[in-house]
Amino acid sequence: MERIPILKIGRLLLVSIQVDMHDRLAIALQDDLTERIALTGANGVIIDISALEMVDSFIGRMLSNIAGMSKLLGADTVVAGMRPSVAITLVELGLSLKGVRTALSLERAIELLGIADPESEPADGAQD
Amino acid sequence: MTSKLAGVLERHEAAILSDWLAQQAADAKSRGKTFQEGEHRQHSSALLKAIREALASGAEANVFTAAWENVREILSGISRGRARQGHTPIETATFVFSLKRPLFDRLRGEYSNDAAGLAEETWAINEILDQLGLITFDAFSKGREEVISRQQQEMLELSTPVIQIWDGILALPLIGTLDSGRTQVVMESLLQQIVQTGSTIAIIDITGVPTVDTLVAQYLLKTIAAARLMGADCIVSGVRPQIAQTIVHLGVELGDVSTRATLADAFRIALSQQGKTVTKVNPGKAAVR
Repeated sequence: MERIPILKIGRLLLVSIQVDMHDRLAIALQDDLTERIALTGANGVIIDISALEMVDSFIGRMLSNIAGMSKLLGADTVVAGMRPSVAITLVELGLSLKGVRTALSLERAIELLGIADPESEPADGAQD
Repeated sequence: MTSKLAGVLERHEAAILSDWLAQQAADAKSRGKTFQEGEHRQHSSALLKAIREALASGAEANVFTAAWENVREILSGISRGRARQGHTPIETATFVFSLKRPLFDRLRGEYSNDAAGLAEETWAINEILDQLGLITFDAFSKGREEVISRQQQEMLELSTPVIQIWDGILALPLIGTLDSGRTQVVMESLLQQIVQTGSTIAIIDITGVPTVDTLVAQYLLKTIAAARLMGADCIVSGVRPQIAQTIVHLGVELGDVSTRATLADAFRIALSQQGKTVTKVNPGKAAVR
């Protein structure tokens, strides 16, 4: 079964959704990601959805849920690169990803998590 | 019953047409308008021909039946065209009604010694032309509505500019009332600009929005939520004292959206969020200029 790869960079996990999300894929991602966060003790998660062109209510809710779960597991979560059409759809669906941080691009997301500089990261990862 | 009318039209079509055109020219002149012979001749002859054909096929005096479809179509086309060209309703309706006189003249000649027949035919033609007048007016208003809706669309596009006022800072001055259609346009153009310019802050200026009620606030919040999903923060500026009062009185919940009274204030915050500040290059020189 196809899965969305989760890349580990230091204490950061990067999920880049490059294919059309369908329901099973989203559920698999939810399982995989939560497990990986618990396993690696990651303190930052970036979900890059710049290639995602369409969302329905289920995928929208899954995105919101996945982001919420990784936050619960203690990882700062940033959803990066949302397209305008996806943003409008989510707002119309009433899903505004409360409590989840957002960034315009992957680069900005890394900046936002404050781990662009690898030197500062191992000393005190908890800081914002 | 209308068979004789059909015959009259058939025999005198050219004469009726020229009488009708003369009548239209006179009407136009009395209103001080120029009369475009070519266009009117074309319209008139097309309509007259259609009426003749409808009557010849034995149609009843009810123009809303199938036999009159061609006539209705031609007349609607003409009326709608005139609405677009800015003719007045009176001018457009007179076009049809001015056909009465030439027709009555011909009929009078035909029924010179049959008063009852003349009255009946006159009534029939009167009824037909009145109904055609109604169709004219209906098509005319529809034509005007089309013009209005097109203008609305144009205004919508004109009134939602998104401007980049600094690196990474967008301004969106809203003028006029927000409704759902407009919110959609505003949202789309704002998000598009956020992507294009890579901006992280958008200032929504509502100085030009006359009132903010719960609905407008909801639209504003929607736009802000969408921008936030893209990773851009929004600042609402141009909140006038009355609007601040209305918002509080209505109990509108704006959440954690930062608001400011003026665009300048909002801009200052935006700059400071980016860690920038505006200073004078050379205080001494600036004073001289």
